[in-house]
Amino acid sequence: MTLASGQKKDKLDRLSELAAVRDDEQGVSLWRDAFRRLRRNPAAIVGAAILLLFVLVAIVGPFLVPYDPAAQIGVQQGVVRSGAGIIPGPSSDHWLGYDHQGRDEFSRLIAGSRQTLIVGVVSTVIGLTVGVLLGGLSGAAAGLGGRWGRWVDNVLMRIVDMLLSVPSLLLAVSFAAILGPSPATVMIAVGAVSVPVFARLLRGSMIAQANRDYVLAATSLGVGRGRIAISHVVPNSLAPVIVQATLTLATAIIEVAALSFLGLGSQVLGQPEWGLMLAEAQRYLGVRPALAIYPAVAIIITAFGFTLLGEAMREALDPKLRK
Amino acid sequence: MALLDVEDLSVTFRRRGQRTVHAVDGVSFSVDAGEVVALVGESGCGKSVTSLALMGLLPRRGAQVGGSANFDGTELLALDQRSMRDIRGKDVAMIFQDPLSSLNPVIPIGIQVTEVLVRHRGMSGDAARKEAANLLDRVGIPDPRRRLKEYPHQLSGGMRQRALIAIAVACQPRLLIADEPTTALDVTIQAQILELLKELVRDSNTALIMITHDLGVVAGMCDMINVLYAGRVVESARRKELFAAPRHPYTVGLLRSIPRLDVGRGEKLTPIRGSVRDVLPWSEGCAFAPRCDRRIDASIGEPPPMVPTHTGHSYRCVNPVPVEEKA
Ligand SMILES: Nc1ncnc2c1ncn2[C@@H]1O[C@H](COP(=O)(O)OP(=O)(O)O)[C@@H](O)[C@H]1O
Ligand SMILES: [Mg+2]
Repeated sequence: MTLASGQKKDKLDRLSELAAVRDDEQGVSLWRDAFRRLRRNPAAIVGAAILLLFVLVAIVGPFLVPYDPAAQIGVQQGVVRSGAGIIPGPSSDHWLGYDHQGRDEFSRLIAGSRQTLIVGVVSTVIGLTVGVLLGGLSGAAAGLGGRWGRWVDNVLMRIVDMLLSVPSLLLAVSFAAILGPSPATVMIAVGAVSVPVFARLLRGSMIAQANRDYVLAATSLGVGRGRIAISHVVPNSLAPVIVQATLTLATAIIEVAALSFLGLGSQVLGQPEWGLMLAEAQRYLGVRPALAIYPAVAIIITAFGFTLLGEAMREALDPKLRK
Repeated sequence: MALLDVEDLSVTFRRRGQRTVHAVDGVSFSVDAGEVVALVGESGCGKSVTSLALMGLLPRRGAQVGGSANFDGTELLALDQRSMRDIRGKDVAMIFQDPLSSLNPVIPIGIQVTEVLVRHRGMSGDAARKEAANLLDRVGIPDPRRRLKEYPHQLSGGMRQRALIAIAVACQPRLLIADEPTTALDVTIQAQILELLKELVRDSNTALIMITHDLGVVAGMCDMINVLYAGRVVESARRKELFAAPRHPYTVGLLRSIPRLDVGRGEKLTPIRGSVRDVLPWSEGCAFAPRCDRRIDASIGEPPPMVPTHTGHSYRCVNPVPVEEKA
């Protein structure tokens, strides 16, 4: 075609569509639009602030703590005698007092955040990876794979359904019982619990995407089914999975704490972890209930932050709520 | 021999618990190399299903395809998936109605253009990107290098359709199927897109099947026009002849519903009575009979045959509109 006429047409094209463009730029970009909505949502701001604080504390906190979280200072100084029911509370030197072994409670709470973050994140990443692989395979097979695909999908989904039907904590405890207590056990156990959730979510999302026009258009160009699944369908199906990952982090933190509480977590002597701290505080509830309250509040606030942000993201990305 | 020869194409949808639908019911037409052929009819008459059947894109479950579609010696309807994939996008390409939903929203335009170059022309990296920019330039997208990095939502509707057209013509297909390519666009842009398509097929000698519900769209560009009603071709003629001497009452109805400048202000547009839902099954007579003013006793009872004339004009009507009485 001739260039001159083309350029003229473009000018017209752009002029007459200026209104439409402006409209589009406000509405259609999924992520940018979602981000804009997130920033306007106070719940998201609060959630993000909590998370930022938590991550910051977990990363730099252990370097800044006033005392070695494993050192039994109180016992050495003779101020803590838990056998006799003497565990001093907050003072100007020890902001949250001592724990039952005479260690600085504040230092342990700060240092414990790192363990909680690492185990929570790693277990979610494990669950996410396995879940996305299973769900992706299943979704691709079901959405694009023909007769064989349906068979593969059926087998995979029955496995996932089995995992899904077992109460998550029970599943985690069984895993932990098989593998023996260690942080790795907790990560795998908590990760395994979230696998079916991610798998189901991605599969459902992919099957919905497989009926979209752009998939038909790509097919009409001779693009192979594998490539369509990986480079077209999956990228469009990940939004709900990412939101779910944020929500899963919240439950993972609680589950990690629960497993440690049950004595299935870290066996390294003196290593602080919120769930373990909670478990240990149990025996001294009568003497100093605050020792249970500190880690409990830390767990709740952190989980609350993840949930706030996760729910806000879900809302922001929900196409039904977008104008 | 024609480039594409469609003989007695039929598509039947059968789903358990649902009524059997004869979406396409014995459609025949042919397309010569470089020719522009229109399939025209109200929505629901089977135009999209026809094109999807030719491309092998109907769902394998529930859709039963019969007849034949010979593309330059290859029987499209009998082809296995793998060979069909090699033909799609390379020899036969399609342009869809809604450019926004036909483009992947999360992938930059450039990747969507290069994808087909990589697939069928064995290009890669810089060469593919360069060719992609050339293609965008060719379909009249300004500043193509920048556009390649943009996402579909950043383009206007017209630009998106131009990008889709660029993708469709990327491998210089011999046949292009455009399914209502302008229906989702503003009127001013419709004309530009039609003009672009016209130029592209003329310059590259590509055959084009133009699918539309609007006879006005095909008036300026088609060589041959097939009018579809309820899954069958009811009239088929060269463009000039069809506009000058339409014989089927349905075609006349379609022509009357196009707004025209040479019609006096007093005269109103006359839409066709009733709706596409008021059809008679073809096996029981003319499907258009329930909406037709020229219906006679012979219209009902048995399916009207296609009546050929010596000029290659044919129509499926037992009481055709006389030639003098043109709309
Ligand atoms: N996947 C499907 N399953 C069942 N019926 C279908 C399907 N696709 C199309 N149809 C039916 O086939 C007929 C023709 O549809 P279509 O070709 O899309 O019409 P149009 O001429 O507007 O493009 C319609 O009655 C429609 O309901
Ligand atoms: Mg259609």
